[in-house]
Amino acid sequence: MYKIIVLAKQVPDTRNVGKDAMKADGTVNRAALPAIFNPEDLNALELALEIKDQYPDTKITLLTMGPVRAAEILREGMYRGADAGVLLTDKAFAGSDTLATSYALSCAIRKIGEADLILAGRQAIDGDTAQVGPQVADKLGIPQITYAEEIISLHDRTIQVKRRLERGVEVVECTLPVLITAHSTAPECRPRNAKRLMRFKRATTLSERHTTAEDYLAVHNDQAVLITEWCAKDVNSDLVQLGLGGSPTKVRQVENIVFQAKESKVISTDDAEIESLMQELISQHTIG
Amino acid sequence: MANYYTDTAELKFHLTHPLMQKIVALKERNYTEHERFDYAPVDFEDAMDSYDKVLEIVGDICANTVAPHAESVDAEGPLLIDGHVKYAAGTQKNLEAIVKAGLMGITLPRKYDGLNFPIVPYIMAADMVSRADASFVNIWGLQDCAETIHEFADEEQQARYLPRIAAGETAAMDLTEPDAGSDLQAVQLKATLVDGKWLLNGVKRFITNGDGNISLVLARSEEGTADGRGLSMFIYDRDSNAVTVRRIEHKLGIIGSPTCELVFKNAPAELVGQRKFGLIKYVMALMNGARLGIAAQSVGIADAAWREAVSYAKERVQFGSSISKFPAVYEMISKMKAKVDAIRSLLYETARFVDVYKAYEHISKERSLTPEERTELKAYQKLADIFTPMSKGLSSEVCNQVAYDALQIHGGSGFMKDYPIERIYRDARITSIYEGTTQLQVVAAVRGVTMGGYLAQMKAYEVMDVKPELLGYRNYISEMTSEYEEAVKMVMEPANNEYTDFHARRLVEMAGNIMMSHLLVLDTNRDHQYWKSLDIFLKIARGENRGKMEFIKITNPADLGKYKIDG
Repeated sequence: MYKIIVLAKQVPDTRNVGKDAMKADGTVNRAALPAIFNPEDLNALELALEIKDQYPDTKITLLTMGPVRAAEILREGMYRGADAGVLLTDKAFAGSDTLATSYALSCAIRKIGEADLILAGRQAIDGDTAQVGPQVADKLGIPQITYAEEIISLHDRTIQVKRRLERGVEVVECTLPVLITAHSTAPECRPRNAKRLMRFKRATTLSERHTTAEDYLAVHNDQAVLITEWCAKDVNSDLVQLGLGGSPTKVRQVENIVFQAKESKVISTDDAEIESLMQELISQHTIG
Repeated sequence: MANYYTDTAELKFHLTHPLMQKIVALKERNYTEHERFDYAPVDFEDAMDSYDKVLEIVGDICANTVAPHAESVDAEGPLLIDGHVKYAAGTQKNLEAIVKAGLMGITLPRKYDGLNFPIVPYIMAADMVSRADASFVNIWGLQDCAETIHEFADEEQQARYLPRIAAGETAAMDLTEPDAGSDLQAVQLKATLVDGKWLLNGVKRFITNGDGNISLVLARSEEGTADGRGLSMFIYDRDSNAVTVRRIEHKLGIIGSPTCELVFKNAPAELVGQRKFGLIKYVMALMNGARLGIAAQSVGIADAAWREAVSYAKERVQFGSSISKFPAVYEMISKMKAKVDAIRSLLYETARFVDVYKAYEHISKERSLTPEERTELKAYQKLADIFTPMSKGLSSEVCNQVAYDALQIHGGSGFMKDYPIERIYRDARITSIYEGTTQLQVVAAVRGVTMGGYLAQMKAYEVMDVKPELLGYRNYISEMTSEYEEAVKMVMEPANNEYTDFHARRLVEMAGNIMMSHLLVLDTNRDHQYWKSLDIFLKIARGENRGKMEFIKITNPADLGKYKIDG
């Protein structure tokens, strides 16, 4: 039996954007875009579900940080096979960049308790940073395997994973615990299951219940599954490291840009090349 | 994200029909199951919410999994490997998605792992799957066989087989043989009782999904008999490995659906229900369910064809304008839509009738029905019996007309393999043939003409409350009803059975046109959106019925000789 935590994010659907997708100030107009389960997080959930297919007593907990309505994706994940959901929600989290987010998530993961595997999407379609997964691994002090396309094998405490890289694939092996980020080429998530949907459609967080009519609750409460909801205090987090205050990333300005170069440039990982790239970016005022 | 449920408002419209209140209460035994099953509804609203949400899953899978595979499935088709069927890759993926979504055993009771849905939402799923890929609905829709096992097999057999179907195993109904197609009384496949066990020997032909896990087989159990009374129904389990697929047919359409020739060699089988009731009772029930399924398939295919026509006509520019602007084209398209709306209304009306009587039938096995309930059961069963062949017969013909016109709108491009319409056109063709040709649906339906069942229902529709602005349409339909009554009288007067048979299809079609017109009035009464379809359909219906009446007026029994084929 494995204990798996899947990290998921509710994101605006940026794949089919209309004219009103951006506000005049250059920020995303979230109201105009449907909120969806981040696509690569669904790939991560599928990888977890495949492990559960093989080891049926595996427990999958879906963890998300966001506003109260983010509970929607927890239900969605439960319809598809996740066993439980945890919503991390608090005003203190608002404005978090990737560092503050990964800090909050790592606190919640510690609170959930020993996990053998943490799975997450490679990146979210609203930010495309691909930083949260690796940062969570770092904060928990566990190894990470990014860009996972397939879990080749999992026996006892050893996992073999195929990674999808820019110029091919790489197979790596690691002992648990490990954090894995799933690439979009990993298997597509299975559909919502009819029975699970009917079973979990009434699963709600406490915040959602407070906004529900009482007569409805009287009928449904006894049967409904309660989705765990935690605030910053519940996960023993240090408020200073959360939210806008805990985020070193400051957005000065957002502008539309048109790419001028048509081709991409590949830089190797040796120090000299990275150094020269940094010089170039600073001299062109791209960063700094 | 594309979704075949949310993009078709007609489905939700029919799902919320007033009669659903009664149907769901019956099916859910007044909402008592939630104490035993955590996914059972607590009340009507909860049940409807579940149907709505589950149909959205179906709509998602149809739009994003099944439809995108349709072209490759049609090109590849199934393969015959070592006497067994291998589905096309796309079909396998479709099936996997459907099984993972838990969409097998939709109507089965929860104690057998089913969803315990009424037939209406099940038929809606069939409607959508057919729109996505008509060949796939055959494999998925054969879960109908489970309904027959549920109805007629014993408790122990139900407990063994039904959960397997709910878990995703596929089924088949093995009825036809080389010399027993429309005439199933001629079935020869032999069932012999050896040491208390039944063994099957012989050949079946044209068996859809013939290599399915669980098959219902019609076989001759009574040696020396030659008609339907010597036939019994059996369950054959593929795990016994005693049936070989000898051939997969090469077909015009629904290529993804494997049509098999099967060889039974001492295949072990279990008797279902009583001996000798195979054809006269069980196959009749099985066929009625399957006919409703084909009616749904016809509606789904017609819907797909209409959508292809609309999108092509809008984008195709000729003579400096989109061709959808030309009267010759827009008339065709709007008539298609009116016909699709009409056959869909007839389909769901039929499904509701079947739902009420089937629910009562199942309840009657748990407790005795009150006299009022018994009367209702009988009334709805009568309606289901005359509406099912009408719905299957007429909607499959309309499906072919719509597919024909949709291809026509594509012009030369439609004749090429470049657009989905050519596949849809080929797929449509089978609907008026299998599960009983249109000509045989008429044989079943004409009883509704001669015994007055249709007329009684027309009169019942006439007095249903509608908004005053719809009464004008009602009057037209009343005139059509009088004309129909007169036509029936003229045909019946000579008391010549052959003459009645000669006009049978005309009369059934006249009745169908009137029925669909009434249904569109009722639809428009609930939702003004149906107004255009009502107006357009009623004009088509009046014209057609008048033409048929004229034909009846100018023929008499003496004319039959001119039509007979010499020799």
